[in-house]
Formats: sequence, C-alpha cells, structure tokens
Amino acid sequence: MKSSRRRFMKLAGAAALGLGAQPVIKAVAPASEESPQPVIRKGSNALPAEQWAMVIDTRRFHSAKDLEPLIEACHKIHNVPHLTNKNHEIKWIWETHYHNAFPGNPNPYQSEEVEHRPFMVLCNHCENPPCVRACPTKATFKRESDGIVLMDFHRCIGCRFCMAACPYGSRSFNFRDPRPFIEETNPKFPTRMKGVVEKCNFCAERLAVGQKPACVEASNGAIVFGDLKDPHSEVRELLRENFTIRRKQNLGTEPSVYYIV
Amino acid sequence: MKDKKWIVLGLVVFFGLLLFPLAWNMLVKAAPAPEVVLTKKAKAAKQCVMPKEYMTSEHMQLLDLWRHSVVRNAKREYVNPEGKKFDMSLSNTCLDCHSNKEQFCDRCHNYASVRPYCWDCHIDNPKGEE
Ligand code: HEC
Ligand code: HEC
Ligand code: HEC
Repeated sequence: MKSSRRRFMKLAGAAALGLGAQPVIKAVAPASEESPQPVIRKGSNALPAEQWAMVIDTRRFHSAKDLEPLIEACHKIHNVPHLTNKNHEIKWIWETHYHNAFPGNPNPYQSEEVEHRPFMVLCNHCENPPCVRACPTKATFKRESDGIVLMDFHRCIGCRFCMAACPYGSRSFNFRDPRPFIEETNPKFPTRMKGVVEKCNFCAERLAVGQKPACVEASNGAIVFGDLKDPHSEVRELLRENFTIRRKQNLGTEPSVYYIV
Repeated sequence: MKDKKWIVLGLVVFFGLLLFPLAWNMLVKAAPAPEVVLTKKAKAAKQCVMPKEYMTSEHMQLLDLWRHSVVRNAKREYVNPEGKKFDMSLSNTCLDCHSNKEQFCDRCHNYASVRPYCWDCHIDNPKGEE
C-alpha cells in the first residue's frame, strides 16, 4: 500500500488549494443581488458635540424661586414623580445651599451674597464618572458620541452601587412605583418603575431632535450649553472670560457642569 | 410465568399514559390564533415598518435593536428598505399606528402567554384614546 500515502497527500493538497481559492472566487465573482437593508442613523437635526457641558451663571439667580421654573420644566417633560417623603424623593435637578454644593473649608468672611445664592445642581456628566465604574451591568455608561453619562433603564437591576459611587448625590432610587405621583404625564417620554435608579440625562432625547436641554431653555440665557471640546463654542468663551468653579473638583471626576460665581 | 397478565396490563397502562398526549393532540383542535385588529391609521399605511412576516416573527428583535440604537448609540432614525423614515420609539411610533394595543399587541400576547414588562415604563396609550 505504498501509493495510498501519496494519494492522500495529493488529495489533501488539492483540498487546501480549493479552500484557499474560496475568498478569491468571492472577490472576483459578481456580488449576489442583495435586497436593500434598513438604515439606522442619527436624525438630521441632531446637535453634535464631543463632550456636552453646561455653564451656570449663578449671578443671575437670587432666590430658590428663580430656579423653580427650570426644575419644573425638567421634571415635567421627564415624568419625574413628586414624592414628598424625603426618603423616597426623586430629583433630576434641585436647589441647594452653597456649602452643600461646594463643601470643604470655605474662607472666612466670604461674600454673603454669594453664599446665599441658590445653587442649581444636577448630574455633572463627569468626564471620569465613578458611577460608570461601579455599575455591574453597564446600565450606566458614558456615551462615546457626546460624553453624556446616560442610563440604560432596561439594564438597571437596582443595586444602587452607582448611588454610593456618585459623590454628588445626583441619583435617586425608585423605592415606590412612581406613576401615581406624576401629576401630568408626558406621553412622549417613558416613566420609570419601582426598583430602578434614575438621574438627569442632559436631555439626550431633545438634543437628538435639535433642541437644547429644557432647563437651559427655561433659564433665559443664565445657563449656556455647548461643546467643551470646541474652542469656539459659547461655553468655552464663557469659561475663558469668567472665573468658574466646579463641584468637588479635587476628586478627579472632571465634572462638565461649571458655575460662574 | 404466573405474573404474565399483570405484566401485560402494566405495559398497556404505561404505553397508554405515554401516548395519551399525542392522541389528545390529534383529537382536540388547538385554540385558533386570535384575529388582530388594525386601526384606521395602520390600514391607511398598508405596510408595517418591515414586511408582515418579519414583523410577526421578529418584532421583539426589532424592538431590541431600536432601544439599543436609541439609548446606547444615540441613533434614533430608522429607514426601512422602501426608504420610509421612522422615529425609533415604542410608544411614539409602534403605538401611533397600533394605538389599539388591547386588540393588537395584547390579544396576541395573551394567546401566546407573553407578558412584556415594557408598559411599566413606556406609556401604553400615548394618545389618551377612550
Ligand atoms: C405606519 C404604521 C405602522 C407602524 C408605525 C407600525 N406598524 Fe405594525 N403593522 C402595520 C400594518 C398596516 C400591519 C399589517 C401588515 C399587513 O397586513 O401586511 C402591521 C402588522 C404588524 C404585525 C403583524 C401582525 C400579524 O397579524 O401578524 C406586528 C407584530 C406589528 N405590526 C408590530 C409592530 C411594531 C412592534 C411596531 C413598532 C416597531 C409597528 N408594528 C409599527 C402598521 C404599522
Ligand atoms: C402576531 C402576534 C403578535 C402581535 C400582533 C404582537 N406580538 Fe409581540 N410577541 C408575540 C409573541 C408570540 C412573542 C413571544 C416570542 C418569544 O417568546 O419568542 C412576542 C414577544 C414580544 C416582546 C418580547 C417580550 C419578552 O418578554 O421577551 C415584545 C417587547 C413585544 N412582543 C412587543 C409587541 C408590541 C409592542 C406589539 C404591538 C405593537 C406586539 N408585540 C404585537 C406575538 C405578537
Ligand atoms: C424601567 C423603565 C423601562 C422599561 C421597563 C422599559 N423601558 Fe424602554 N425606555 C425607557 C426609557 C427611560 C427610555 C429612554 C427614552 C428616550 O431617551 O427617549 C427608553 C427607550 C426605549 C426605546 C427607544 C425610545 C422610545 O421612545 O421608545 C425603545 C424602542 C424601548 N425603550 C423599548 C422597550 C421595550 C421593548 C421594553 C420592554 C421589553 C422596554 N423598553 C422597557 C424605560 C424603560
């Protein structure tokens, strides 16, 4: 049976050649007629940015009342429930005192006017977000396309690690079904359900159709929104011309919300 | 072999029980699939987002693709092979045509015993009809 090994080698060689030729044939042969495929894309009005950022001119706000319309606008369009029990409270934007917004060792004899201004706080959409690292399901993620720290509610398992990780208290947990506590439901936006965490989304759904965030729109120009990475954007101009501070900057989270004081 | 008759009886009972489900299925007809109702708006549109066969069997995959594209990739526009544009939204698009959720989605899902949890968050009657 001497020839059998020889024959086997020949056959194996031919087979290898045949396999190797397949990609060549595929490349040369005319493409088979494919049916048109659906296309998924951004809307043509979508606002582009590398990293969205917000500059809040705190000089323009004098009392908590001045912030109310902004909070109202946000909470209304996003179906944020109004729970009066402090332990169950859900907030995307809220008003806080200077010392809570910027804790640390304040200088003595500071401007009382500044200290008594109302400070609007919200998710900082950090460039280095600790909540994203804490999330075990990647429900919270930093969106590559525009730097927004978003939540995929479909993946949230309600473990609340993100709440522990966030140094700003920007996240709220739905201890109860929120639906009975929404005064007027916006049918265009989903609610949330018991057992998920939620927070500000920088109005991702509005940016997608070419609108600025609701709080910016309601602020009469006191809040400016734009691309932090674009040197010619309005936010960069404001940052150049004004002294600004950010919350707990020493933690290294790189907040994208700036305050002119 | 005194026990022969018991063995035979045992086998008859055993196979009887074993084959009973098959016999049952041959004799009794399954409940017919429910008729889904199309709204006026859907009828006027004639076609769904994708061809009917695809929608019937793959709508859950399509919805999954939609939510992933919208939430994670910031892409909200879907252009079907015919070139028609859709805003990828469960409540604002699917339920715009199929606004009769009870007679459409629910009817089919009740029959198939599927209970999507989407409506815990997504508004199931965005137009506030009835
Ligand atoms: C433009 C209006 C329109 C929109 C938007 C629409 N549909 Fe439809 N849908 C239809 C029509 C019309 C039919 C019937 C098609 C036919 O009979 O050929 C249909 C059929 C279906 C069917 C098959 C029903 C059956 O009898 O088997 C399913 C499932 C379905 N749609 C789900 C959806 C989902 C899910 C969405 C959102 C992703 C959606 N539809 C969006 C108009 C629409
Ligand atoms: C033709 C019947 C039919 C119609 C009409 C229909 N569905 Fe379904 N749907 C099914 C079946 C069957 C399943 C389960 C498939 C499975 O488990 O593999 C399903 C599953 C789903 C799922 C996934 C549920 C899960 O828990 O995985 C979603 C979401 C869904 N349907 C949404 C819709 C919406 C929204 C509509 C109405 C616009 C609709 N369906 C209309 C038959 C239908
Ligand atoms: C915990 C609440 C929650 C549940 C449960 C939920 N969603 Fe969502 N879903 C949201 C939120 C919030 C958005 C973001 C809306 C936006 O950005 O416009 C969203 C977005 C979407 C979108 C794209 C935008 C839109 O307006 O529809 C689709 C499609 C979607 N979800 C499908 C589903 C399906 C299918 C299910 C059920 C299998 C489901 N969702 C269950 C909260 C939820």
